[in-house]
Amino acid sequence: MRGSLTHEFSGPTDPIADVHWDHEHAHSRKGFFTDTSICIGCKACEVACKEWNRNPQDGDLQLLDSSYDNTGSLGANTWRHVAFIEQSQDRIEQARESGRALVSLGMPQVGPPAARAGAPVTSAPGTSAPGAGSGGGCGGSCGCASGADPAAEAHAGSQSGCGSCGTGSGRVTEAQAMSAIDAAMAGQSDLDVAPPDTPEFRWLMSSDVCKHCTHAGCLDVCPTGALFRTEFGTVVVQADVCNGCGTCVAGCPFGVIERRDDGTISPPDGHAEKPKVDQEIPNPRTANKCTLCYDRLVEGQTPACAQTCPTTSIKFGDHDDMVSKAHARVEQLHAQGMSEARLYGANDNDGVGGTGSVFLLLDEPEVYGLPPDPHVPTRDLPTMFKRAGIAAAGMLAASAVAFLGGRR
Amino acid sequence: MTSEYDSYRPPDTGKKKRRGGRGGGPGGRGKRGGMFAGRRGGGDGSREMPMVEDVEFTSYYGRPIVKHAPWGSPIALYLFLGGMAGGCGLLALGAQLTGRATLRRNTRLTALGAIGVGAAALVADLGRPERFLNMMRTLKVTSPMSLGSWILSGYSAGAGVTAVNEIDRLLGERLPLGPLRRLLRFAEAPAGFEAALFATPLAAYTAVLLADTATPTWNAARNELPFVFVSSASLAAAGSAMVTTPVAETMPARILAALGVTGDVVAMRALKENMHPVEAEPLEEGPSGAKLEWAERLAIAGGIGAVVGGGNRIVAAASGLSLMAASALTRFGFLEAGIESTKDPKYVVEPQKARLAERRARGVTDDSITTGA
Repeated sequence: MRGSLTHEFSGPTDPIADVHWDHEHAHSRKGFFTDTSICIGCKACEVACKEWNRNPQDGDLQLLDSSYDNTGSLGANTWRHVAFIEQSQDRIEQARESGRALVSLGMPQVGPPAARAGAPVTSAPGTSAPGAGSGGGCGGSCGCASGADPAAEAHAGSQSGCGSCGTGSGRVTEAQAMSAIDAAMAGQSDLDVAPPDTPEFRWLMSSDVCKHCTHAGCLDVCPTGALFRTEFGTVVVQADVCNGCGTCVAGCPFGVIERRDDGTISPPDGHAEKPKVDQEIPNPRTANKCTLCYDRLVEGQTPACAQTCPTTSIKFGDHDDMVSKAHARVEQLHAQGMSEARLYGANDNDGVGGTGSVFLLLDEPEVYGLPPDPHVPTRDLPTMFKRAGIAAAGMLAASAVAFLGGRR
Repeated sequence: MTSEYDSYRPPDTGKKKRRGGRGGGPGGRGKRGGMFAGRRGGGDGSREMPMVEDVEFTSYYGRPIVKHAPWGSPIALYLFLGGMAGGCGLLALGAQLTGRATLRRNTRLTALGAIGVGAAALVADLGRPERFLNMMRTLKVTSPMSLGSWILSGYSAGAGVTAVNEIDRLLGERLPLGPLRRLLRFAEAPAGFEAALFATPLAAYTAVLLADTATPTWNAARNELPFVFVSSASLAAAGSAMVTTPVAETMPARILAALGVTGDVVAMRALKENMHPVEAEPLEEGPSGAKLEWAERLAIAGGIGAVVGGGNRIVAAASGLSLMAASALTRFGFLEAGIESTKDPKYVVEPQKARLAERRARGVTDDSITTGA
């Protein structure tokens, strides 16, 4: 049995079971893990997405005035969007600070439990310094502060220039690294794990995509049933059903879905007056967004963006796997002193019940154009109906009073 | 420096733009004036020192985060007309039950006209108007738009039957109805009840339609907006009755107008107060804020006119027009305020960061979308 009605509007749940896909057709929930720490901003994902889905051109291909971005945001025609952010040293320091603050909050723990509480147990061969097992420090040989918090500790390391003691490699192993890269790293005993010095500037690059929320605002408010939950747990528009009412556009807390009103629906700043590109526009004036390549998934294929990504920044797979990979990766980055690393969407208790597309970010979400605390509007729908009911009753009462009081 | 006291002033950075965080520098940062900075400091040199430190927020080069529904004036017109039709449905039933024949006829005709034009505006604003019937292929409780389509249909059925009867009588039974006439007359009274049954949901659901979105100002209004909208619907319907109907039969409309104005003003104030100041900003500033300000003025003027001078045909009609204009301005102003609140990321980022910080301060640390591990 499912829980109460409100349970299905918010909170952790299995979206595939919620819509009653039977066992014969239901698959495991699929999703992306977009690791922005290894994104190189090549935009291959944008191109592959456009080509596979035959999406019209957005804008005039010119770079925006602000950065190397030329699409600006996700929209009806742009289902993968690569953001570019140039940052100075003070901004990087702030990002590290806010990341450390997040770790110290003690967030809910879903993945492998080890080390997260701040007491990494070194188990790698060759790391035999006494005290490494208990305190997680380097055994005092380097003289750095040996805090209980791995991130704070790493930071201390960065200040003292310590990094030769090799404890970090033990921690990387401890993180139960899942990717081949991780395995390779763990095998190197002389791995350089020096926490990086804060660079003078950096480029953040991040490929944004539809979140395929556990509780999807667009799907909830769609009046025609054009939006539906697939057997892969993703959210897809049926273009032949959508009548372009536009409710979903306002329903999405991430600003993903959009009505395809013309070929250049969101002309970038300063180029608005350019003539529209003469091009074929499929499904005009209906709502459009990422389908997680539904047509490829049903054939057992990988979505176009993930398949083309040259750095594996975009990973695709079972949602549970993606979340564990994300947890492992953020731990690895923290161990390397990158306390700015954090996850976005990997928490089932968040306002949308966790996202199908999980991200690893290197600064606060709003820096990338992501909302810092989104919630699915439907979460409050029962209350809204209640309030509307009271208001309607009040209107009825006012009319009754008007006629009773207006007796001749 | 013109006076020694000038040295106490903060240095003028020349970046006091309150609107448009688009001015954010290359780091993607935008600055917003203190909470009240924008409202003061006219060009008369009396600029006050901001009492609140500038809030700095970060964004992706000032680009919007959420998107607004592709809804324009036709939808605002529908909000106004749909609400007015709902109110007219109640007035028509009251008139039907209390034997006010002229009020009954006029409110029924107004209801049909309003719902007809309103529904046409709704269909016209669809991306694919030819597919408007897809609204009826399912009934979905999580979609206020779906529920609203059914409410609108239910209301239109009753309103149509009652209004056709009135039209037929107006034309001296010259409509070529044949045997249908007897059926229509038989259905008339029940249809009046049926329309009234759907009348209040018709006036209230549009509030849920707007509030059940990620549009910052609309969503933040979710607790009070239904009260604003039913009040606005009541005063609009009462106003239309005062315009169309001789004063002998408009006493109920005048009372409804007074109640509607009171509810409208009180609910709108409560609505703004319960919002984060940034979310309330489009309701108080800019073109949308100006519309809502005028809506309140016209509503109060119309309400006073209805109560004090509603016995005079001219004053009653003028008050009625004022009330209808007030309702229309409320709907247009509120729709536009929501759209305005999607255009700058500050409307999304600041309230969301504030509520996240507030929850963390209360010790709730397990529900953030951003996690450190």
